[in-house]
Amino acid sequence: MWLTVYYGIGMWGNNSTIGWGFGIINFVFWIGIGHAGTLISAILYLFRQKWRTAIARFAEAMTIFAVMTAGLFPIFHTGRPWLAGYLIPYPNQNAIWVNFNSPLLWDVFAVSTYFTISLVFWGIGLVPDIAAMRERTKSGIKKFFYKIGSLGWSNSNRNWQHYERAYLILAGLSTPLVLSVHSIVSFDFAVSVLPGWHTTIFPPYFVAGAIFSGFGMVATVLILLRKAFHVEHIITIDHLEKMCKILLATGTMVGYAYGMELFIAWYSGNQFEQFAFINRIFGPYMWAYWIMIACNVGFPQLFWFKKVRRSIPIMLVIVILVNVGMWFERFVIIVTSLHRDFLPSSWAMFYPTLVDFGLLLGSFGFFFTFLLLFLRVLPAVSIAELKAVTPHAQPTIHLNGHDGPGKSDALPVEDIHIKSE
Amino acid sequence: MIKKLKELYIKADNEMGIDPRSDEVYAVAGLFDTPNEIIIAADKVSSSAYKDFDVHTPYPVHGLDDAMKLKPTKLGYFSFLFGLIGTISALVMIGWMSGIDYTSIVGGKPFFTIPPAIPITFELTVLFSGLVTVGVMMFLFNKLPWTNNPLMDTEYMKRVSSDKFGVIIKASDEKFNKEEAINYLKSLGSKDVSVIDKFKLREGNTRAPIFEKKFISALAATAIIAALGTYVTLNWLLFQDPFNFMWEQQKVTPQQPSEFFSDGFSVRTPPEGTVMRGFIPYEYKGLPDSMVKFLSNPLPVTQTVLDKGKTRYDTYCSPCHGYYGDGDSRLRGQFPNPPTIHSEKVRNWVDGNIYHVITNGQNVMPSYASQITREDRRAIVHYIRVLQRAKNATDEDLGITGKDTTGTQKNTQDTTTQNQPDTTK
Repeated sequence: MWLTVYYGIGMWGNNSTIGWGFGIINFVFWIGIGHAGTLISAILYLFRQKWRTAIARFAEAMTIFAVMTAGLFPIFHTGRPWLAGYLIPYPNQNAIWVNFNSPLLWDVFAVSTYFTISLVFWGIGLVPDIAAMRERTKSGIKKFFYKIGSLGWSNSNRNWQHYERAYLILAGLSTPLVLSVHSIVSFDFAVSVLPGWHTTIFPPYFVAGAIFSGFGMVATVLILLRKAFHVEHIITIDHLEKMCKILLATGTMVGYAYGMELFIAWYSGNQFEQFAFINRIFGPYMWAYWIMIACNVGFPQLFWFKKVRRSIPIMLVIVILVNVGMWFERFVIIVTSLHRDFLPSSWAMFYPTLVDFGLLLGSFGFFFTFLLLFLRVLPAVSIAELKAVTPHAQPTIHLNGHDGPGKSDALPVEDIHIKSE
Repeated sequence: MIKKLKELYIKADNEMGIDPRSDEVYAVAGLFDTPNEIIIAADKVSSSAYKDFDVHTPYPVHGLDDAMKLKPTKLGYFSFLFGLIGTISALVMIGWMSGIDYTSIVGGKPFFTIPPAIPITFELTVLFSGLVTVGVMMFLFNKLPWTNNPLMDTEYMKRVSSDKFGVIIKASDEKFNKEEAINYLKSLGSKDVSVIDKFKLREGNTRAPIFEKKFISALAATAIIAALGTYVTLNWLLFQDPFNFMWEQQKVTPQQPSEFFSDGFSVRTPPEGTVMRGFIPYEYKGLPDSMVKFLSNPLPVTQTVLDKGKTRYDTYCSPCHGYYGDGDSRLRGQFPNPPTIHSEKVRNWVDGNIYHVITNGQNVMPSYASQITREDRRAIVHYIRVLQRAKNATDEDLGITGKDTTGTQKNTQDTTTQNQPDTTK
């Protein structure tokens, strides 16, 4: 990283033909991973999918850390990361404003808004849980921070009333937001005129891919997490099975998008477009293309079988392959489209350098450092939300004349909070 | 060090108000076991004389709002309003910045149109609305943060943040009486009724600790130091040159010696036969004049061409030939004076011949082909014709101008120059 900052991005494998290399691949990859969290917390919330509560908090945290990781790459790719502030339209000493017609600027707004809203969403979810932890901590440093973090939350229903509405509004706002972010990322490509990029299918294709890769990463980490923290009774095999179903659905959508790209290349009759795709499938980067097809479309098809969906080891292997496949998808889109463009004299191959691989590895390190810190100090499962969807947690009587079965035989709610230590 | 820090934290923690409690009662609290019980209890309390009560649950219990007879939250209005403000401010911002203040043509598109503004407008709408929703919910409606909330660190709070449901009747209620309230909660079916006291604030201090002078000044100092630090660092970074390989390149600049070439010059002489861009080799180079006496001047005579010819003539020809072509060199004899161009011989030359002399050189006059472009040479030829005509003007020529010709003296200068020996051959 230091080499990149000091010597510039000449340390990367990018050349004048392939101007976007690992930097943008990693950016799109991590942004994609960041999509699962808000999807789970916002869209599944609106659909009243109650199983989401067990994994929502964790996925939201993952979103935030993945977006943080992703945000590093475009900033490094500018070559002078300390001047990244110029991306924000503020009255600077050059008296110029940013170009509002550029998809790259839309990215700045989309990613920063997404990060802020995700952080707020995650933050308000944490407040009641931190309050619960505050009550269980003895005096000390930890208590001090929990006290600050919980803002003095007291579980009052007068607060819950506004809280629930705020949560609903945020979910409503985040739903189009989560779809918009990867659409705007796809505009970076689709708005250009390069064969292989200039397609209208990109926004939905990218969003499906993002959800796919996000769920892949959530599942990968959750499988390890539930084993390590012994929370198999909270994050159950049923939860994982449902995630496998979503992986199957989105993986098939991505497969459809791959097929549709090929169909349009043929149907358009545009020879440049056709060449781009033939080159993608049979050209020098055919290995990357077939890794992508196998990992994203092929292996997830095994999830049609219930036995596979409920087998942890097989699932772990497949979801890791999904992560690999989605990384290669971005590699295929960026590198194979660029390496042979209109002018055969400028055709070139892409050779990543050690610095490229170092940054890729480092991005995983960055991400997992934050993730593990989060698991250490904050509740990884939303305590209050999970309680609210436990059986018998909601009253069976209704006061407006439609009484339920009278006196309830409801059981006391099981105390299932997770302690941080 | 760590021990000291820990003590400091504990002290700060205590100052937010934990121990000991004051004698002043904050509320009477009762615990219930199931959601159904709390719904019934909340319904009864809200119908009773007590107005200042609250219900605490570990998670939002549906139906409790109705039971407590709470008005629906007005949060949605704030979200909508600020979403709208976000939309408008985004459009105004983009419109003003890219449409008015800093217009630059991008891809031949109009300066401001709606479609490319949609993504940013949408993002800002969501951003404004989302942040305001949370801010209003937390700080305006719920009046948080409340760091010395008396309910904190009570057995009651511990239960209601875990698996029990509770009702409190606050001491601030008009009808509040400690014994009555305890009995009332027991009559509702609560199995565990407790009295919660307020925190004791430090002596002589009625403000919340967060508004203390010390704390506020520490906060302000931190803010100022952080802001200054950031400002200075960013400015320092902005004016760093991180790498200067770009402007110290290994390249040859004019007048620079070269170690690479054996003659030490970095500027190379072009190889034999090199043709400069825009210069077309002259076909009759080195051939006798007889070959060119039928060539005409293809350049049309216009005011522009004549002006150009005058400039070029004054620049390249006049040092030797004089401004009017009389052969009166400005070099004051340091170079042999050329003959006049007003001689009968030169006046009878075709345009091609004059052009040939400029291009090819003649006697001591060198070739000007490398200094004057083809077109400029032709313009010079036209200008020479103008000079010749002006110098040897007849009365008829003056008639063209429509001026009175009487009294004009005949120019006799040419007779003196014509006597000079002809050196053109």
